[in-house]
Amino acid sequence: MNAQAPAALRDPRLNSPEPFTPPLGDGGFFQRDRSIHPPAHAPGYKSSVLRSPRQSLLSLENSVSEITGPVFGHNDLGPLDNDLIRNYAKDGDPIGERIIVHGRVLDETGRGVPNTLVEFWQANAGGRYRHKKDTYLAPIDPNFGGCGRALTDETGYYYFRTVKPGPYPWRNYVNSWRPAHIHFSVFGSGFAQRLITQMYFEGDPLIPICPILTTIPDKDALDRLVAPLDLNASSPFDSLAYRFDIVLRGQRSTYFENRTAGN
Amino acid sequence: MPQPLNYLKETASQTAGPYVHIGLIPAMAGFDIFERNFSNVLVTPNTKGERITLEGKVLDGTGTPLRDVLLEIWQANAAGRYNHPADRSAGALDEDFRGWGRAGSDFDSGLVTFETIKPGAITDKAGRKCAPHINVWIVARGINIGLNTRLYFSDEEAANAADPVLNLIEQPVRRKTLIATRSERAGKVVYAFTINLQGPEETVFFDV
Repeated sequence: MNAQAPAALRDPRLNSPEPFTPPLGDGGFFQRDRSIHPPAHAPGYKSSVLRSPRQSLLSLENSVSEITGPVFGHNDLGPLDNDLIRNYAKDGDPIGERIIVHGRVLDETGRGVPNTLVEFWQANAGGRYRHKKDTYLAPIDPNFGGCGRALTDETGYYYFRTVKPGPYPWRNYVNSWRPAHIHFSVFGSGFAQRLITQMYFEGDPLIPICPILTTIPDKDALDRLVAPLDLNASSPFDSLAYRFDIVLRGQRSTYFENRTAGN
Repeated sequence: MPQPLNYLKETASQTAGPYVHIGLIPAMAGFDIFERNFSNVLVTPNTKGERITLEGKVLDGTGTPLRDVLLEIWQANAAGRYNHPADRSAGALDEDFRGWGRAGSDFDSGLVTFETIKPGAITDKAGRKCAPHINVWIVARGINIGLNTRLYFSDEEAANAADPVLNLIEQPVRRKTLIATRSERAGKVVYAFTINLQGPEETVFFDV
């Protein structure tokens, strides 16, 4: 059951990266390797059938429109934004397993991506989203919103505190269940690095049968979405921890300077 | 065996799902949580440039509007300068314009709107003038990896005809899928757009 093997066991550099100098060049991002991403049209995930472009994507050399992107700062965030246990608490803590999720945002050269915005959202411990369109019978938790955000530090590190989300049923096959997961949105320094993904939990038996996860054609790429339990980072008598590193596209430097802007 | 290159692999994309609003625009999910929120209004009263409204829909393969889609836009300011250190062009920065916003489609109509300014023309690396455009990124349930496209402006015919990206599109008929149509409504400038995910008028999407 290698599908649940944690990312850290497969690529040790993810948790102890040895960054190297990016190649000189035109400042463009490395060509995206689409073989490790799910294809747009993935019939096992039924919603993709009518929502997938059928023409070839038009390849575009990166121009200033792609290598630039929005810059965010601490002024955009509030003090509790990375604490999902407290940021919607009304009269107590939310129900569920308390966890810390932490890791680094890196690029393909292994360098940390500093000061970049990471946003995350999830269901509550019962598998219910605080969303007007979610009608699953598991109850809303009055003390849990289910979203947060953080800026990475100068090394690309981020962390937040939450409760472990529950699995939930959804309409794909009549008995389809999503494995427990947390959605992540990451920016990077250029708009061409923009990425949304989902983090899963080591050992979840729903992982190998999830119609969304199994749209990923590359087994290693799938495994890299599975966060290992990180006992060393847990807080004794308080919270377990999971480690999730995220890799964005690498970028060539420009001939005019050694380091790209924002990196 | 040659030396290993040791690049890391990009993290795989996953769909934003039907509840993307919770994380990115929680007010649309139906609750209030953050002190500061991102929105579809890119302008402040002090932003320089012509005020415009972008208004459009994203249609699936049956022509039905997506009602759970999220769009982000990224654009240069009125002087053609992106608010980012990697843009070293000569145009003046506008401290009242970040150049980025996000919007969810209306849960009933599927309509997506942005309040912004018309960007200036930019110059590419080869020194060619590029027609004013807005970069668009689209995520939703059923979209496995975010889709990149652009919006150009119908009143920029000469600039569009010379634009190096529009001219990369082999079939002229497909170039029209990126042009937003200008009109005026109650004194406001509105640019209307339609993004077709499939079909004979499928929008041009880019691998950037």
